[in-house]
Amino acid sequence: MNKNTSSQANDSSVSVRGLVFNEPLLFEMGSPGRTAHSLPKCDVPEVELEALLPAEEIRDQIENFPELTELDVVRHFTRLSQWNFSIDTNFYPLGSCTMKYNPKINNELAALPGFAHHHPYTPEVLSQGSLQLMFELQEYLKEISGMDHVCLQPAAGAHGELAGMLMIHAYHAAKGTQRKKILLPDSAHGTNPASAALCGYSITQIPSDGRGLIDPKKLEAMMDEDTAAIMLTNPNTLGMFETDILKITEIVHKKGGLVYCDGANLNAVMGETKMGNMGIDVLHFNLHKTFSTPHGGGGPGAGPVGITNQLEPFLPVPVIEHTKGQYRLNTDRPQSIGKMKAFFGNFGILLRAYAYIRSLGPEGIKKVAQMAVLNANYIKASLTNDYHLPYSGPSLHECVFNDKHQLKNKVSTMDIAKMLIDYGFHPPTVYFPLIVKGALMIEPTETESKETIDQFIAAMKEIARRAKEDPESFHDAPSLPVVSRPDETAAARYPRLRWKPA
Amino acid sequence: MRFIPHTEQDIREMLKKIGLRNIDELFASIPDTLRLRDKVLDLPTALSETELVSTFKHTQKRNPDPDEMSTFLGAGAYRHYSPALIGNLVLRGEFSTSYTPYQPEVSQGTLQAIFEFQTMIVMLTGMDIANASMYDGASALAEAVLMAHRINGKNEFLIARAVHPEYRQTVTTYLRGTDHQLIDVPYDSRGKTDLEFIRSNLSDKTSAVVLQTPNFFGIVEEYEALGKELAERDALLIVAVTEPLSLGILKPPGERGADIVVGEAQSFGLPVSFGGPYVGFFATREQYVRQVPGRVTGETTDRDGRRAFVLTLSTREQHIRRERATSNICTNQGLCALAATVYLAVMGKQGLRELAVLNLRKADYLKNKLSKVGGFEIRFNADTFNEFVLKCPKPATEVRDSLLEHKILAGLPLGGHYPELADSLLLCATEMNTVEAIDRLTEKLEGI
Repeated sequence: MNKNTSSQANDSSVSVRGLVFNEPLLFEMGSPGRTAHSLPKCDVPEVELEALLPAEEIRDQIENFPELTELDVVRHFTRLSQWNFSIDTNFYPLGSCTMKYNPKINNELAALPGFAHHHPYTPEVLSQGSLQLMFELQEYLKEISGMDHVCLQPAAGAHGELAGMLMIHAYHAAKGTQRKKILLPDSAHGTNPASAALCGYSITQIPSDGRGLIDPKKLEAMMDEDTAAIMLTNPNTLGMFETDILKITEIVHKKGGLVYCDGANLNAVMGETKMGNMGIDVLHFNLHKTFSTPHGGGGPGAGPVGITNQLEPFLPVPVIEHTKGQYRLNTDRPQSIGKMKAFFGNFGILLRAYAYIRSLGPEGIKKVAQMAVLNANYIKASLTNDYHLPYSGPSLHECVFNDKHQLKNKVSTMDIAKMLIDYGFHPPTVYFPLIVKGALMIEPTETESKETIDQFIAAMKEIARRAKEDPESFHDAPSLPVVSRPDETAAARYPRLRWKPA
Repeated sequence: MRFIPHTEQDIREMLKKIGLRNIDELFASIPDTLRLRDKVLDLPTALSETELVSTFKHTQKRNPDPDEMSTFLGAGAYRHYSPALIGNLVLRGEFSTSYTPYQPEVSQGTLQAIFEFQTMIVMLTGMDIANASMYDGASALAEAVLMAHRINGKNEFLIARAVHPEYRQTVTTYLRGTDHQLIDVPYDSRGKTDLEFIRSNLSDKTSAVVLQTPNFFGIVEEYEALGKELAERDALLIVAVTEPLSLGILKPPGERGADIVVGEAQSFGLPVSFGGPYVGFFATREQYVRQVPGRVTGETTDRDGRRAFVLTLSTREQHIRRERATSNICTNQGLCALAATVYLAVMGKQGLRELAVLNLRKADYLKNKLSKVGGFEIRFNADTFNEFVLKCPKPATEVRDSLLEHKILAGLPLGGHYPELADSLLLCATEMNTVEAIDRLTEKLEGI
């Protein structure tokens, strides 16, 4: 662990610090005529280009496109990679993101030629291997969640939300009266209101109560027959189980509404309880969170959506069916909401999630939730004297502190986050959920050992001490990464979104 | 349990610190009636890594062996060679196991790579700006349609039938919840979008016209004057590209009056992988920058004046703007965009053009060969890139199926999406199709 700040390195040297290197943009390197590609020989007649396309449709060479050798490319991206923090390098306690270890074997399995080079328009009789794994993954997700059906098509959590909300929209439309409103707690992820708005719904916020939970009485007063659904997250974004969930779903159902559950926090409860048993009508999964597929610096993810029987007619097409030992793709579903994207989903990601579930088995899945919750509660118990805990109720897989104590010395959540970087840890999720001022949202996941967590706790304690004794030192943090406190205001005011020649 | 580090002693010590007696008490906030307790999930028992590998290898055999199957399928998913260094670099843990680069200091690698991706998409499309990626080409097109509505407030869209059918379906799905109208634009006898139909159906309600080039039939659309005519009616021109390799040789849509250019970049280094993960791209004009969906990386300086990259213009996005965001998109296709960036860096200025020409020549050779087979003819007489439509003497599914026994996947029968083309196959040839494989397909077709 890096305990101290070092001096700024000289920018003109090749090595910025240790073995981290400066690296220009692709367009600032190389030389005209250099190449890294190797194409197969042209084994067909070398017809002149002008004989194949009209001259006015042919473009000139692309100016400033890279001209590099293979080593240039390898070195460029290897150097860039070294500027990144990652799970493979250290602890990533990013709340709501479930940054658990991503098993290496799963990447190799997804790259097996029979899967990786399997074309999506291969006839289904020849696609039985791919369809089988998809069908079985659906079955596993159904069992884990207690939902009646699962569709694997959405490419990410928010995409799953959109699919789910469109099904809710179609459900009300089929009943004859479309509703206009969606209720959601003020602790919701930003994707929730954005997804609901895409379906044409207006949003009404339910204020969280003193526990940080949904108050059934308040909900009952707000719920009406113009409300299509409530969108909630359970456990919620404070990491707390909605203890009144049965009352909540009953209130919503009584007025003909449906209950959408954001499954971002499913890691906390797998094998302990099932969403389908609490009156949840729609649930999306984040395979890139709960089921360990790599985040990839912002995707690709996968956001399957689970539903109850009453929504089945509206599932996106195609639906994978299994009859008489054969898997088939059914597109003949007149009430379907249609397609969320081309083809069947992020198949390569689905394979990784499948492999993960098969590696763990039922006991392993349950143990995941148990150890994730143990780790979070251990951190919570260890830091309560150092950081303010705005909601003190029981937590599951994550805990949310804030900067109330540190602000007295003008040290903010952002300062704490930046200082943690110098200690070798990725910052927690900051300033979310919005109901906590200056939130520091910590989700350790189950794959971190007690030793790693103890190191993190020690760093957090040390930072809390420094905030009291040496608040000035936070202004220089972080000092160890390749850059420090980029000017985000200038970036937004004068957007430079592409390289341009000088 | 190889992914979980806790020993019995760790668990005891941690519980003690928390002040609980057992693991069960950690879940006390879940109502009793909802607890599964000793009920074990009905899932298959855990596999070791070796067992897992053999399970996958066994199941893989139910799909064709790609080394044995001669494939002429394209239609939005293209088989191109991906140099070994791409997979190598992309799977580096520092890239693949990092999160969205919200903390710029510890994400400069990802951020610079996205900036390079955005720059190369701009160069390829001839537009001013591009975003960090979309889920895929189809959802990117849907987002483009929504953006056009945000820009001009109108809600009628003319969409070419020669746009990929699954892209059109996706647009329809995205518009289900809101009041928009889609008007199908027919293709003419040469397989090109009927521009006269567009002209006669333009109205003050038209928000945008949507074309694809090369279109679903592989045909290079010529729409030079259209953009200007649309601008006069305050309507936008959206151009979709499913085969971005074509941009290595074809005039970019930005020079043809497009306002928004979206597409699929799977061809750039990503395997066809049964339809995903791929990577959508989204490019537009500078003036619309604040209407763009999804993440965008920008250049700035840090407190010491060093060049730095950050996610920017985030006030458009769902985590800030919530229900008023330009899109609900959050996680997208970061690692796939990285793969495309590495691919384009490898191909470079010369390689991309040479590969595009090689694809043109392969497809031209295939087209010539097939046009001479008795009973078969090239359906549309227009310029194509690496795909084209073949008219068969009998239903295309029958032709396709009868070639399967020779381990040839001869293309996509079009009847499912275009009932009037039930006798037609869409075929694609890339650098992966050898002259021997093309000649063998021709020979087998002659036997039908």
